[in-house]
Amino acid sequence: MKIAVFVKQVPDSAATLSVKGGQPDWGDAPLVINPWDEYAVEAALLLAEANGGEVTAFSFGSESAADALKHALAMGVSDAVLLSDPALSGADAGVAARVMAAAIAKLSEVDLAVFGKQAIDSDTGLAPSMTARLLGWPSLTLVAAVDALDASAKTIKVQRSMEEGRQVVQGKLPAVISVVKDYGEPRYPSFMGIRKASKAEIPTWSMADLGIEAPTSRVTWPEIMAPPMREVSNEIIEGSSPEEIAGKLADKIIAEGVL
Amino acid sequence: MDFQLNEEHLGVQKMVRDFANKEVVPVIKEWDRKQEMAPFILPRMAELGILGINIPVRYGGQGFDYISLGLVCEELEAADSTLRVIMSVHMGLNSMALLQWGTEEQKQKFLVPQAKGEKYACFGLTEPGAGSDVAGMQGTAKRDGDEYVLNGEKMWISLASKAHHALVVLRTNADAQDPHDGLSAFMMELDREGVKTGDIHGKMGVRAGSTGWISMQDVRVPVENRLGEEGEGFKIAMSCLDNGRYTVGAGATGLIRASLEASLKYANDRKAFGREIGKFQLVQQKIAYMVQSYEAARLLYLRAGWMKNQGQRNTRETSLAKWFATDASFDAASEAIQVHGAYGYSDEYDVERYLRNSKGAVIYEGTSEVHQLMQAGYALGYREDSPLRCEMPAYDPEFWQAEA
Repeated sequence: MKIAVFVKQVPDSAATLSVKGGQPDWGDAPLVINPWDEYAVEAALLLAEANGGEVTAFSFGSESAADALKHALAMGVSDAVLLSDPALSGADAGVAARVMAAAIAKLSEVDLAVFGKQAIDSDTGLAPSMTARLLGWPSLTLVAAVDALDASAKTIKVQRSMEEGRQVVQGKLPAVISVVKDYGEPRYPSFMGIRKASKAEIPTWSMADLGIEAPTSRVTWPEIMAPPMREVSNEIIEGSSPEEIAGKLADKIIAEGVL
Repeated sequence: MDFQLNEEHLGVQKMVRDFANKEVVPVIKEWDRKQEMAPFILPRMAELGILGINIPVRYGGQGFDYISLGLVCEELEAADSTLRVIMSVHMGLNSMALLQWGTEEQKQKFLVPQAKGEKYACFGLTEPGAGSDVAGMQGTAKRDGDEYVLNGEKMWISLASKAHHALVVLRTNADAQDPHDGLSAFMMELDREGVKTGDIHGKMGVRAGSTGWISMQDVRVPVENRLGEEGEGFKIAMSCLDNGRYTVGAGATGLIRASLEASLKYANDRKAFGREIGKFQLVQQKIAYMVQSYEAARLLYLRAGWMKNQGQRNTRETSLAKWFATDASFDAASEAIQVHGAYGYSDEYDVERYLRNSKGAVIYEGTSEVHQLMQAGYALGYREDSPLRCEMPAYDPEFWQAEA
């Protein structure tokens, strides 16, 4: 089977976000593969290992996004393609989804497109569903496990992670899935994978290569500002028994007018 | 001159750092307190390929260069010295000796399973009565037909109770005019009859590691297990130290970094007299010295690694890197405790473990005093390195990375 996995290059989760000159600023924080996408790569590799087939990683972004693709190659994906075009700076999720759907179409005969549940920079989590809608494929989001996948019958059964528990959903292939942490800890890049990635020359597909016009963003960012800092104070409530501590806490909550 | 690490180096560095931070750092205090090696460490390092990082692929390794080995050691010791110790004995002192001195048969028999991590390896040189005075060793190997009969005791041996193979140096000729010429090296399987091993407890540091002893009583090994020629043991042992010391120097660099990072975090968080303690100049001075020693130690070990890649003799440079980094790691850990104040004196924070762990490396693989004598000897022209019958091979990516 043919699996496409999508990864994004984002600022390190330890980065401090601020606003400079009306633009978000991550300082000199290193750029890393979106942590959720590591789970997506792990899921794609596990599914390919269990069912046979190959995994191609895509990243939509600037040239630096090639590093995220190299990480995916080092983890074990077979191929990687950068989706990049100067006409696409400042793209919103809708633009990204159109480009990614076009890439899936160009790769052709893709059975499954795998995403992380969201990117930690924009945090919208829209791309998987939008891509699925554009392709006309089922969108199975927040997948914690794939219970069954039959490549010949073209069916997939997954467990979706819900606040209340798990929801078991069956769909037809080709499909889009987005995965959550429960899927399994992403593997480290192997040493052989690191060597393969360091030697890899990653091709770039432009809009012309994809055969589409550069889509227009529907979302604009008219003003970006840092929210005012909130003053927070902590107080540790002590007591000789849990009942006494709970009683004091309840009194505090009532006195502070929280309830 | 190129100071840039390549993509392979950066990939190796990140991978080992992630492994150490995710799997070792959260549990290391617990094992340090227990004075036991966490059972998962060796199999996990084997599974990830770390135990064969710089051995050619054709001998079961990962085919990376000597600089990668240094980077691995730096990352491992930034988490805990015991992890780097594994690389020092398994790789630096044993597997690299097989690569340098071993016959093709010995490489197939010993190096391949070691590089794959199927077998663990250690190194037995020190004895209860002989440390820096290597030629004063008492252990013997006597030829008996197609075998040698080994007797003696080796002490302060890392992984003694965990390893499958030991490279031991013993006296084969008690009458040699120069006692250094009477030593020979052997690969000894530790499950042979007559071998006993045990751990030493009550150490100041590297408590989550395995340090022990090997006792040999009439242990018979085939002649094929002798590494190098008879009488070549001292030269082999010294060449092993060129590699072991490299791993120790690189590791100690990681320990300096760990002390620095812990101090930076604490100095930015802890407040005294109404401001962060990092704002005080005497704390800044401690931080500045840690930065200085980290950068210098790093350059010294990377130069030694570069020379190894080129196939250049590096005894002098490796000795300097090891001496500087280990002394500096002790100082950095001590100052890190000072930055942390009373909290640094408690095992609630990592810095007291760093200090305890740093001291061993100032003593083993050449005490700092031995390295000072060596450096003065080179500078004064009293000492020079004569060529070896088998030099450590230069890193050749094509040879290293090819399957066979």
